[in-house]
Amino acid sequence: MTEVFVRMQMLQPEPPPARESGLPKWLRENLFSGWLNSSLTVLGLLAVGWILYASLPWWLHSVWHASSLGECRKIIAETWGEGATGACWAVVRERWYQWIFGFYAPALWWRPILAFGLLFAALGPVLFAGQKKALSVILGAVLAYLVVTLWLASAPTVPVLLALALVAGLLVLAQVAPGKLIWVTLLYPFLCFWLLWGGSIWTPIGGLLGFIILVAVTIGLSRVIGPAVSAGIGLVVAVLWWLYLSGPVMGGLQSVLPLGIASVNSDQFGGFLLAITIGVTAIGCSLPMGILLALGRQSDMLIVKTLCVGFIEFIRGVPLITLLFTASLLLQYFLPPGTNFDIILRVIILVTLFAAAYLAEVIRGGLAALPRGQYEAADALGLDYWQAQRLIILPQALKISIPAIVSTFIGLFKDTTLVAFVGLMDPLKGITQIVRADINWKGIYWEPYIYVGAIFFLICFSMARYSMALERRLKTDHR
Amino acid sequence: MAEAHAMMQVSDEVAVQISQMNKWYGQFHVLRDINLTVMKGERIVICGPSGSGKSTLIRCINRLEEHQSGRIVVDGTELTNDLKNIDKVRSEVGMVFQHFNLFPHLTILENCTLAPIWVRKVPKREAEETAMHFLHKVKIPEQANKYPGQLSGGQQQRVAIARSLCMRPRIMLFDEPTSALDPEMIKEVLDTMIQLAEEGMTMLCVTHEMGFAQAVANRVIFMDQGQIVEQNAPKEFFSNPQSDRTKLFLSQILGH
Repeated sequence: MTEVFVRMQMLQPEPPPARESGLPKWLRENLFSGWLNSSLTVLGLLAVGWILYASLPWWLHSVWHASSLGECRKIIAETWGEGATGACWAVVRERWYQWIFGFYAPALWWRPILAFGLLFAALGPVLFAGQKKALSVILGAVLAYLVVTLWLASAPTVPVLLALALVAGLLVLAQVAPGKLIWVTLLYPFLCFWLLWGGSIWTPIGGLLGFIILVAVTIGLSRVIGPAVSAGIGLVVAVLWWLYLSGPVMGGLQSVLPLGIASVNSDQFGGFLLAITIGVTAIGCSLPMGILLALGRQSDMLIVKTLCVGFIEFIRGVPLITLLFTASLLLQYFLPPGTNFDIILRVIILVTLFAAAYLAEVIRGGLAALPRGQYEAADALGLDYWQAQRLIILPQALKISIPAIVSTFIGLFKDTTLVAFVGLMDPLKGITQIVRADINWKGIYWEPYIYVGAIFFLICFSMARYSMALERRLKTDHR
Repeated sequence: MAEAHAMMQVSDEVAVQISQMNKWYGQFHVLRDINLTVMKGERIVICGPSGSGKSTLIRCINRLEEHQSGRIVVDGTELTNDLKNIDKVRSEVGMVFQHFNLFPHLTILENCTLAPIWVRKVPKREAEETAMHFLHKVKIPEQANKYPGQLSGGQQQRVAIARSLCMRPRIMLFDEPTSALDPEMIKEVLDTMIQLAEEGMTMLCVTHEMGFAQAVANRVIFMDQGQIVEQNAPKEFFSNPQSDRTKLFLSQILGH
């Protein structure tokens, strides 16, 4: 017999039973789903409770006002009784600037402060391309930051007014033509270099001219002999300019029209000023280099491929510290005699090469994840190799690789502390050692490391959050 | 259909000329002594069992695959290692793939305007107008600002056809355009292709849609083991196949 059923009236939706919604459901599903999970939850809570019980007094008994560790201990003993533990943040209060600026002269602090603020104005057009609102918010925040910090650092009036006018101008530009802001990003490295190291303004202009020569030669020749070869020739011409011509020409201009600010030597750099300088430059330079290496590794041209594979495998096979020692010792032997190659610049170059090798492999993973059909569709439409890479392949491959790329960047930034091994004053070891060598703060241990760790965490966590936001923004496949 | 056929004139100009072409994958001789002349306005359906080399054949016509001997001349340009010639041929030959191969990071409109803007150097405004014209034609102008992932398979394939048409190709290649589609969506894609055929486009289609072959093809080519086994007008091909291999193939695909 066949059972026949016809529904005459449709059912209305009803709310779920109380057990199946809200907090009780969440608790049961996540913390108490079975006897094993329940006991683990209890154990976990006990562990958290024990850690808090053990460390909370230390945090609560913090001392901020003291001139030495001994005084800190005395205050803690007086207030909380003999044997009580407590944090002595007075060291951070008294010496905070050394972890930030190293031995950079206090009268010149406004320069790194300004460079740091403008860094975000320069990053904005890259990180938030085409998002007018986000750009305006960033530029507004930079403006507010500069007003407060430059005032606190008692910066000279003229540069402050110039800087504020510049940022305000950018804010207006962001409303009118946000696309043009990318030029700020391109010019920023030279301005930043000049602000940090100071000296004649003609030096960074000489550096900039080298890049202009590179671009001009590449574009000029690419119609005749193809883009790859002309880029190579352009690079050679630019390097010749930097090595032999830029110095005398710019020196001449300086003697005719002397413009400059007090110069600061690389050995004054330290702390987060050093870490951020190395980290940001290496991050900025290693990404394009990593992309080229990844493409080179996939190339059909045997020599290009071999060079790229050899470079990547060599760099990945060697510890970063070895490369840093190379930077501090060996590199000097290979350069033309008489060139005084700055130690920070050398370290930046080696850290960049190191990160580029890792990035190349990360990006290769993204390239490999793309279906062959994407290459074929680009080819079938008549796009040439570079157009296909730039418009079709890389946007997708980089999007896939964002988490791994940002991981590499975070790793790179934390690895900048390794420059301590070649005598540079990184925030973690270099500066902390100097502070602890002070007779007043001898024996202090946790507080400096917590302070430095917190700043590192803040920066790295921001990078991670940005990458997650970027992934969400670029998600176009299923929505 | 009778009036439609009257409109579909075949000219005496040659669109594609393939002579004594051979191709190997390593040791495997995948295409053997292919000779094929396609006239302008001709609509050719290529069928055959899987692995017979039919996809490879049409992929040789825009050099997605390289041939090792013989000649392929497309619209007067011979395909050699010269990259300039290859790019020229590719910009004049449209291709539609089995798996659509739309660019998932670009909107439908951007998918359609990308190649005209970068390869043909058409101004953006003009490229967008052309794209909208062809999106109207494939009947999905309202999807222009969506991403490919938001469209059904049939819609994606119609976008892929529109994307190719935006380059104003002289020849269209279809590589099993309906094989990856649900049965309900096959018709909408075939309708688009029939419309294209009626406008006189030169078409080479690898397909197993025998109804389509009967409706619009002026020649059906049957391939097996890398060779052209039989070619004939569709009526003759289906009613009176000559070779045993063709008979077997037809009995298998038309069997139920």
